Amino acid sequence: MGKTKTNASGEHEEKGRDESAPELGAAGSQLSTAPREESAAALPAMGVIGWARWFWRQLTSMRVALILLFLLSLGAVPGSLIPQNSVDELKVQAFKEAHTTLTPIYEKLQFFDVYSSVWFSAIYILLFISLIGCIVPRTGQFIGQLRSRPPGAPKRLTRLPAYTTWRTEAEPEQVREAALATLRGRRFRAHVVGDAVAAEKGYLREAGNLLFHVSLIVMLVAFGYGQLFKSEGAKLIVEGDGFSNTLTQYDDFKSGSLFDYDGLAPFSFKLDDFVGTYERSGPQKGTARTFEARVTYEKGAYGKPRKTVIRVNEPLVVDGTKVYLNAHGYAPVVSVKDASGKEVYRNAVPLLPIDNNITSTGAIKVLDGYRDKSGKKTQLGFQAFFVPTFAGDGKGTMFSQFPAADMPVLALNAYHGYLGPDSGLAQNVYQLDKTKMKPFKDGENGDLKQRLAVGDTMKLPDGAASITFVGVEEWASFQISEQPASGWALGGSAAAIAGLAASLFIQRRRVWVRAVRGADGVTVVEMGGLGRSESARLSEELADLALTLHDRAPTAPDPAPTGSDGDAPDPDTDEGRPGGPGPDSVEESSEEPAEGAGK
Amino acid sequence: MNLAAATNESLANTSNVLIYSSMAVYTLAFFAHIAEWVFGSRSKVGRTAAALTGAQAGAEGAGAGAGAAVQVRVAQQGGGTAVLDRPKIVTRAAAGSRDVPDGPGAAGGTFKGDLYGRIAISLTIVAFLVQAGGVVARAMSVQRAPWGNMYEFSITFSTVAVGTYLVLLALGKNVRWMGLLLVTTVLLDLGVATTLLYTASDQLVPALHSYWLWIHVSTAILCGAVFYIGAVATLLYLFRDSYEAKLAAGGKPGAFARSVLSRLPAAGSLDKFSYRINAAVFPLWTFTIIAGAIWAGDAWGRYWGWDPKEVWSFITWVAYASYLHARATAGWKGRKAAYLALLAFGCWLFNYYGVNIFVNGKHSYAGV
Ligand code: HEM
Repeated sequence: MGKTKTNASGEHEEKGRDESAPELGAAGSQLSTAPREESAAALPAMGVIGWARWFWRQLTSMRVALILLFLLSLGAVPGSLIPQNSVDELKVQAFKEAHTTLTPIYEKLQFFDVYSSVWFSAIYILLFISLIGCIVPRTGQFIGQLRSRPPGAPKRLTRLPAYTTWRTEAEPEQVREAALATLRGRRFRAHVVGDAVAAEKGYLREAGNLLFHVSLIVMLVAFGYGQLFKSEGAKLIVEGDGFSNTLTQYDDFKSGSLFDYDGLAPFSFKLDDFVGTYERSGPQKGTARTFEARVTYEKGAYGKPRKTVIRVNEPLVVDGTKVYLNAHGYAPVVSVKDASGKEVYRNAVPLLPIDNNITSTGAIKVLDGYRDKSGKKTQLGFQAFFVPTFAGDGKGTMFSQFPAADMPVLALNAYHGYLGPDSGLAQNVYQLDKTKMKPFKDGENGDLKQRLAVGDTMKLPDGAASITFVGVEEWASFQISEQPASGWALGGSAAAIAGLAASLFIQRRRVWVRAVRGADGVTVVEMGGLGRSESARLSEELADLALTLHDRAPTAPDPAPTGSDGDAPDPDTDEGRPGGPGPDSVEESSEEPAEGAGK
Repeated sequence: MNLAAATNESLANTSNVLIYSSMAVYTLAFFAHIAEWVFGSRSKVGRTAAALTGAQAGAEGAGAGAGAAVQVRVAQQGGGTAVLDRPKIVTRAAAGSRDVPDGPGAAGGTFKGDLYGRIAISLTIVAFLVQAGGVVARAMSVQRAPWGNMYEFSITFSTVAVGTYLVLLALGKNVRWMGLLLVTTVLLDLGVATTLLYTASDQLVPALHSYWLWIHVSTAILCGAVFYIGAVATLLYLFRDSYEAKLAAGGKPGAFARSVLSRLPAAGSLDKFSYRINAAVFPLWTFTIIAGAIWAGDAWGRYWGWDPKEVWSFITWVAYASYLHARATAGWKGRKAAYLALLAFGCWLFNYYGVNIFVNGKHSYAGV
């Protein structure tokens, strides 16, 4: 019987009105704003406009969005495996030297600048356009859905994924009114259409989904803006020295392509003191316990000096520019005297740490002022090794035992000659270019080298000169960066998470309650539920609603076992399948309506 | 060496002992699971019986879910004569789904199999507690979150994965079928951790001193553990799906399929389970990446710098987003979506092992 009926009512079998439930007609439509899949084969009509329209439709289709997403992740891969200019230029240099055949190919493909390459940009710009092209119509559609009311009940509620029915002595109008009240009480949007109440809930899911996609745009724009206008520089400062925020003062400076050099925030600061203390024992030995730079800073040209402390995860923020504490090391103070005993050089020379215990290396360069015994101008260079805590005499190696300056020792190799500062090539202050330097000799023992404790002096041969290890200062290196629009990026990401959660956890669903007088004069109540994605929760909610409504319209005594006539439930074969509809059969049912479109 | 240091050292030793003990108990659980599967395969009768009782249990379960007084009627053909005093919910699967009932589970409905299964779960609980103790002892010995290097990350990761599984079990979810696979991989993970990745408790670089360490890394570990469980379900889905497809096409599946795959939940259930798992943690994974970006902003002066770890987190995120997208809209359901989910988990794994081992970046201090 059921079968015949289904076939008779043709519109129930109507295909493709909506993916959600082809058989439900209007009742199942517009449960989301997701576009339908279009077949790729639909080729455009001739003409530029036809092609443009076709192209646009392709670009904004879900399939292309998916492909672009996939390409985006694929495109990000090479940048993580090949050194990037934006991350570490020295590594790129080293790679290029090591791979001479690959380099030209990689350069053509912009593999050293993946994230700013033409092709990577193309992917995300297309995705970006696709996203906008997708959001705008969906938003319009969603607003339309909010304005209109939930569609009326389908003819056969039994076809819905969750269904229930009972007979009651209450009047149909009473039942509908009670249903309306109950549903509205649960914040469904409900109204009466014909003999049934139509209700819908969970619009927040769609809103969340749209919010998520809009937030993606906000994040992308904020990120792009930040990249174009950012600036980032590094500066190493020895205790007692200062820095003011102008281009010339940086050791190293990078900026986005639209950065305005006059736009550097005017401020300056002085490193008063660096304090590092370290765990003295246990498995944590050597771990930094305090690690902070005490500075005095001035905002603007004539600001009043203020004291503050910069720690690793706590930058100093001045006018949107952040000053980060990056690293720290030691700067041995040395004094160089010439043969006449005149001090020609005195400096705290920062050395670079090479391990966790701050074993450091570097170079001391005496560029002018020094004359050798015969009065000839020459330059001195020292290759320096420094350990803050020396293992002790006889214990050989120049490796530090502990990061604090407990027993500082400076080991020097001395050279003289030409340091080559005018060669035009960038000089690395931490390295000694020995091509035009000669080592001082130490009698027959070969090259001159010596370990010095604080206060010790190394004599250079022939009574030429001497160098004294006077003391130890500390240095700290800072990264000074400005990245505009990061607040927007943060706000966008917070909104993205909120939208995503709403989109994934809220279920949009419809409930219909039909109440009609049966042939025997008893009211038949039918309830059906339909979700955007079916889940066990839908039938639970329906049961709960039914129970509430049932209290207001209790079951009438059953007159006869065969009382199912008219629109009363008569379980057609669809429902009585083997395996039994339990939660499992709910589970098995399709998760998303789009499945229908897949076939 | 002072007293505190001595305590730390002994705590570190305690931690090691606990981790090894948990491996021993997991091994016992592994054998108990094997016994469960073996006994479960013995009785064909038991299996059919179990299929029937399984269906019944399912119906009862729905009744419980539908609210105290409402019961689910298994629609009766020919019209039941029972007096209905309460409305009953009839559920109906969407057209087109294969509608195969879930398998009876590893024990196959045999009493012995079930007994061993229960023993295996009890052992897993014990092992979990011991392992969690090991992680806590480690944390106390180093006086920080136990996530400073890959060894610590690995032991915490598998603890959380087992914990997630046990929580799902306690919530009454149908996840017992993954017991054997889970215990096996946890043993592998611990084996790799204790032999290849072991690092004596050591220091953290200053950049790791931040409360963001707790937030970012703990959510990263949780996401990984849950993604892992999703991936196990996805993998089994693929096997079970081809088994069901073969049956539907009238083919004859191999002995392994008939014995093992037939006892798994239906492909549809596995698919839905893995989707839910993945969808549920995706927002958390999004949060993890954003928390990482905020931390990077504080520690390194830029919130995003295309560091390899960042890149791979991003790739993983986009891969999971593609998966959700595919399922939500593009009609790419079933197997194709499952491949995407596995690919996404592969990205996660590479981010965890591959990037730490093969690629140098700012994050590599968390490496071996
Ligand atoms: C930037 C790249 C994108 C990402 C990361 C992304 C991510 C996501 C995610 C995670 C979901 C799942 C949420 C859910 O299941 O409810 C989703 C859903 C969706 N996305 Fe995207 N998406 C992106 C771009 C796009 C584009 C370009 C379009 C349009 C062409 C689009 C249209 C949709 C639609 C229609 C849905 C599902 C709506 C529904 O289920 O009702 N997305 N997106």
